[in-house]
Amino acid sequence: MATVLDGSTARRLGGLEIHRQDFPILATRRNGKPLVYLDSAATSQKPLAVLEAERQFYETANANIHRGVYHLSAEATRLYDEAREKLARYLGAEHAHEVIFTRGTTEGINLVAQSWGRANLKPGDEILLTEMEHHSNIVPWQLVAGQTGAVVKAAPVTDRGELDLDGFKKLLNGRTRVVGIGHVSNALGTINPVREVADLAHGVGAVVMVDGAQSAPHLPVDVKALGADFFACSSHKMLGPTGMGALYGRAELLDAMPPWMGGGDMIDQVTFERTTFAPLPAKFEAGTPNIAGAIGFGAAAEYIQGIGREAITAHEHTLLEYATAAVSDVPGLRVVGTADQKASVLSFVMDGIHPHDIGTILDDDNVCIRAGHHCAQPLMRRLGVPATARASFALYNTEADADALVKALHRARELFG
Amino acid sequence: MATMSELYQNVILDHNRTPRNFRQMADATGHAEGRNPLCGDQLDVWIKEDSAGKIEDVSFEGSGCAISKASASLMTQAVKGKTRDEALALFERFHALVTGRGKDQEKLGKLEVFSGVAEFPVRVKCASLSWHTLKAALERKEAVTTE
Repeated sequence: MATVLDGSTARRLGGLEIHRQDFPILATRRNGKPLVYLDSAATSQKPLAVLEAERQFYETANANIHRGVYHLSAEATRLYDEAREKLARYLGAEHAHEVIFTRGTTEGINLVAQSWGRANLKPGDEILLTEMEHHSNIVPWQLVAGQTGAVVKAAPVTDRGELDLDGFKKLLNGRTRVVGIGHVSNALGTINPVREVADLAHGVGAVVMVDGAQSAPHLPVDVKALGADFFACSSHKMLGPTGMGALYGRAELLDAMPPWMGGGDMIDQVTFERTTFAPLPAKFEAGTPNIAGAIGFGAAAEYIQGIGREAITAHEHTLLEYATAAVSDVPGLRVVGTADQKASVLSFVMDGIHPHDIGTILDDDNVCIRAGHHCAQPLMRRLGVPATARASFALYNTEADADALVKALHRARELFG
Repeated sequence: MATMSELYQNVILDHNRTPRNFRQMADATGHAEGRNPLCGDQLDVWIKEDSAGKIEDVSFEGSGCAISKASASLMTQAVKGKTRDEALALFERFHALVTGRGKDQEKLGKLEVFSGVAEFPVRVKCASLSWHTLKAALERKEAVTTE
């Protein structure tokens, strides 16, 4: 149920706490303790609108798409295509066929690395990433580098966890063919200056792959304004179902790229001598897709837009500032990642208590946070920490959640001395 | 349900703060590195066996949570002076303890402080990483991972 707040707090939070009641899981308890879910950067909770959209599809419109001549299949196809249009609007894509449905951000980046990368990278070409990338924006590039003879480089990160733009410029050169950058760091919350990076990259003729897993749920995203050639995001981090994602690619680039998976639905004509491929977006969607997932994903995008991303960004920013100030009272706690521009992630370490122990102790109070390297081992090494504890916020979190976090952290401090 | 003070017993907190045998070993006869790739825990274990196969000295270094560090520290104390077979047998019984299958845990001495781990399945690997690494060192394998 919605937490009751006094009027001034409610105004400051933009009134978003009313939406807590849309998320059934937030009303659950464990050992009598309410759920304090602060791990939305790992995966978000799901509103009824998403659960209902999937349920309604299965109950009233389930059939395979693009195949049947019967009405039900046409209806399923219509709903699937409509979901793509919702995502195109959500991301600011000019055309719906510039949105490819994937299993998630990881698959989107792998698609670009394998399809665009194998077709375009040559020995000696450079792939420029940043030290703060998630493994999913590192490893796919290492794989394609191994296949093509291209070389992976990483732009440096400052002690505060910001991209060192001068260092980036030094590494950018005529051999740079692709720049891969996270819009928002999953480990630190840093918002990267993607537009500036994209302009620089385009200046040397490189394409720009934006990992939008952590920005799509929290910030207004407009792929055109960002200058992104490719932008990948995950449904499950933006209130939608798991196993679903979207890859935006400029039509001109996607058109020129070879398919990366073959199968049904992605072909034009097949003979044993030669196969021609379907146009976008089907070319990149072999096999029966996650139809219900796409419909749930579309419902999630619509739900977020109904609340308004500006309002969500403002709410989460207020909460992040509140929590950052509150944790500073915990003895021996240090915030990791103090960039000027941050979104909804609070990473920290505590003297003498390993993040895993923090996680276990907080769990005893039903406070859920992430502890570990956040699939960003190079960043952890750069910042000189083996791991961090990370609280991350979403539109359904409140100051009461932050207060519960701080209370549990004090308890951890007491236990460990 | 174990409480936090049952999981994090004083002995564990003490060994976490001041781990014993926390050093490298120049004249080791065996060494292995253990890693848990999911959480990032990493430790090295060194052993020195005498000609009769008895563990004369054992040490470790690395980073990890209180459970993994204290477990490594208490392990070094528990296996020092034991033969390879005795150490491996002890690992079996320790593993049974932390996975809740232990029957003769009263004979595990100080290692019994880890009995609370059985109620936290996600932490079993923290408690057993050092033991897996010791086993690898005894078997002359260089690296071991748990996940």
